Amino acid sequence: MIISGEVGALRPVAALAGAGYRRWATYRQAAVAGVFVNTVFGVIKLSILLGIAKSAGGSVAGYDAASLSTYAWVSQAMIAVVMIFGWTELADRVRTGDIAVDLARPVDLQLSWLATDLGRGAWGLVSRAAVPILFGAVFFGFHWPDDPTAIALLPVSLVLAVCVSFAMRFMLNLLAFWLTEIRGLVLLYVLVAGLLGGHLVPVQLFPGWLQTVAYATPFPAMVQFTIDLVTGQATGLRAVGEVAAQLGWTIVLLLAGRVVLARATRRLVVQGG
Amino acid sequence: MADAAVATTATGRPPTVAPAYLAIIRSRVAAQASYRASFAVELGSQVLLVLVEFVEIYVVFHQVDSLGGFDYAEVAVMYGLAVASFGLADLAVGHVDELPRYLRAGTFDSFLLRPLSALGQLVTSDFSLRRLGRVGTGLAVLAVALHAAQVDWTPARVGLLVVTPVAGAIVFSAVFIATAVIGFWVVEGMEFANAFTYGGNYLSAFPFTVFGSAIRRFFTFLVPVGFVAYLPSLALLGRDDPLGMPGWVSWCSLPVSLVAMAAALLLWQVGLRRYVGTGS
Amino acid sequence: MIVDVRDLRREFVVRRKAGRLRRTRDVVAAVDGVSFGIEPGECVGYIGANGAGKSTTIKMLTGILVPTSGHVRVCGLQPVPERTRLARRIGAVFGQRSQLWWDLPLRDSFRLLAAIHRLPAPEWQPRLDECIALLEMEPFLDTPVRQLSLGQRMRGEVTAALLHSPDLLVLDEPTIGLDLLSKERLRGFLVRERVERGTTVLLTTHDLPDIERLCNRILVVDHGRVAYDGTLPGLVARVGAERVLVVDLVEPAPPLTDVPGTTLRRVEADGLRQHLSFRSEETSAAAVVAAVSARVELRDLSVVEPAIEDVVRRLYLA
Repeated sequence: MIISGEVGALRPVAALAGAGYRRWATYRQAAVAGVFVNTVFGVIKLSILLGIAKSAGGSVAGYDAASLSTYAWVSQAMIAVVMIFGWTELADRVRTGDIAVDLARPVDLQLSWLATDLGRGAWGLVSRAAVPILFGAVFFGFHWPDDPTAIALLPVSLVLAVCVSFAMRFMLNLLAFWLTEIRGLVLLYVLVAGLLGGHLVPVQLFPGWLQTVAYATPFPAMVQFTIDLVTGQATGLRAVGEVAAQLGWTIVLLLAGRVVLARATRRLVVQGG
Repeated sequence: MADAAVATTATGRPPTVAPAYLAIIRSRVAAQASYRASFAVELGSQVLLVLVEFVEIYVVFHQVDSLGGFDYAEVAVMYGLAVASFGLADLAVGHVDELPRYLRAGTFDSFLLRPLSALGQLVTSDFSLRRLGRVGTGLAVLAVALHAAQVDWTPARVGLLVVTPVAGAIVFSAVFIATAVIGFWVVEGMEFANAFTYGGNYLSAFPFTVFGSAIRRFFTFLVPVGFVAYLPSLALLGRDDPLGMPGWVSWCSLPVSLVAMAAALLLWQVGLRRYVGTGS
Repeated sequence: MIVDVRDLRREFVVRRKAGRLRRTRDVVAAVDGVSFGIEPGECVGYIGANGAGKSTTIKMLTGILVPTSGHVRVCGLQPVPERTRLARRIGAVFGQRSQLWWDLPLRDSFRLLAAIHRLPAPEWQPRLDECIALLEMEPFLDTPVRQLSLGQRMRGEVTAALLHSPDLLVLDEPTIGLDLLSKERLRGFLVRERVERGTTVLLTTHDLPDIERLCNRILVVDHGRVAYDGTLPGLVARVGAERVLVVDLVEPAPPLTDVPGTTLRRVEADGLRQHLSFRSEETSAAAVVAAVSARVELRDLSVVEPAIEDVVRRLYLA
């Protein structure tokens, strides 16, 4: 009975994830354009990184040319998966008041959005990850992962990266309950998350103090830790440690999101929106 | 236009369209002023954005002393020029990338029903003063970097420094307009434009010596963002192009930007003709 | 002639998926050889079913779309090449496409349009004041457009189209979605505009009372061609469109088959409600009502007008 109850509870989650996948899958032109843009930016990013390596005498902070290429292309491939750039769908629903409808549904608001977001991420992986990586592998060289631990953990790490990213975006969007306009904030968040998450430059290249700052935030758990599994920066125990950190951030941030949501709902009930 | 001039004297209309655009821009600014708190946050965000972007260059020069043969101050000069130019262009015409939204909503047809240029109305239909934050910060970075780079100032170089952000803004404006035209063909594919606008912005802040020759040529001769920062910086810093471009080319940003703009306006006309030719 | 259209034709290419990869390319003529002229001061109703080519024609007249072939002159100008000059001579209201700025108060939208049309204040201010008074817009002049009701917004749209005193006013479905009172107020205003200022009006509509109140002439388009050009009574006479009198009786009665000039169409609720159709050119609603009440006691009645689509369909069948 208990088992069938849990299967029943999972069914709406699977349905929501499927809906999230299909909804995004309708934008095919946009996906093609996105792949093109991600690839162009990948070339620019990698050129700069290779410029650094050249000045440093071939390799920098443990990255050689092949692993820099891997870093550049995996980080570009992850853009659409973890949605590094802005997302204000939930905030828009708060602003228009549609959130009241969502809250009235008999499913958990946070988990249902998470399920939808995982579906969206799956579409991102299918539609936008392969081309940049293949392009990079053909034209710039690629370091395929060889550590068994890292390979085994990679799918888990990818899912957790989406979860951490979602948990942060969820809280950011809930700020719309208190602020009338969050566009500026989202823009700033995107840049800080991109930088500290290791999307622009690998965190390992940062000066010591900035590495300390970055590792104190959840942002590397959204991008850098997953990339490390592919580039070979994290193998064996270190790979396990980074994925554990991702799991830790997922739990902490999702719980924090529930606290924020509870406060926001109380505000909605008290002030009537 | 000669006909318009005749009509003007006959009816007592103001002789130019400038007051019309000024009125539109003023109304856009007024609409933003009603969200004053948010405006301050967005302005501040723009300043922070530029600084966060700059951290990338800071990280680079934490690792190495030179990038593509240029030192920290020299690259910072390029970065400052690129940021200020892009900010100005974004302020002036950045709104053109919203074209698909106007096409879908049918608002673009309303533009065609008014006695003003459709492009003029499109770019003035949103005028985000917050982008000034970007321009100001870019200029500040530029000033500090020029000081650190110990430029050997001559009257010609001072002149070049004044002209360069304007020329750069015209180049980026041309890129914005030329790529927005994509929207007349593929409504969902506007993101293509980002590869040239934002991609061009990203690339223009770095020494072109780090890029492969295909990219370099593409972004110098076809989409001339090399003329925004890299090439004029060579002249400002008194350096020869390691890639062997003749020295005088570094002084040519303004004429190049005007050619680019003319080409962009031509493309816009082609796109508009297609729209009016096919309807939606 | 203020509008002169001859052999106007507009084709669209329609691409359809045929199988997995193949696509077929069909050329469809949305407007297929339309000719008509409109004299100054006329009010012409341009009607037809959805997809008959109304909007395509309007777009070609206002300079938003180039004709595939044929001759168009509006106010003596070629719409697309002389678009900005034409824009000063015509006003247009497209029900779905607002001319107003959604985030500005209505008053500011008017001010901005005056600047765009480069109108000197002495020219537009009295015009605006007149429209404000006639359309009763004073109470919501300072409300941002996004907060206006549809009826209020439509009054704003019409004013926006008239601010520069155009020679020709083009209205695409001006009353769609409005309540009865708003429709009637707008119609009254447009009648006055035409009588007092001699503004030529061209409107598309699905609403028969719009045409009855406003238009001295109608053009019916069907499948991209002009199917009828004349007056409304002429059209109704030609196709024999029928009006229907629906009567509710106090007590059930046997079917009213013997009322002169009518045909019994339907009997409901054991004879409590009966539907009688008649033709305006044969008898009047009043005569039918009198004949019915001479036979049975009436509780309520209503007259159902023929729907435009219905009239047009009959025209096509005839």
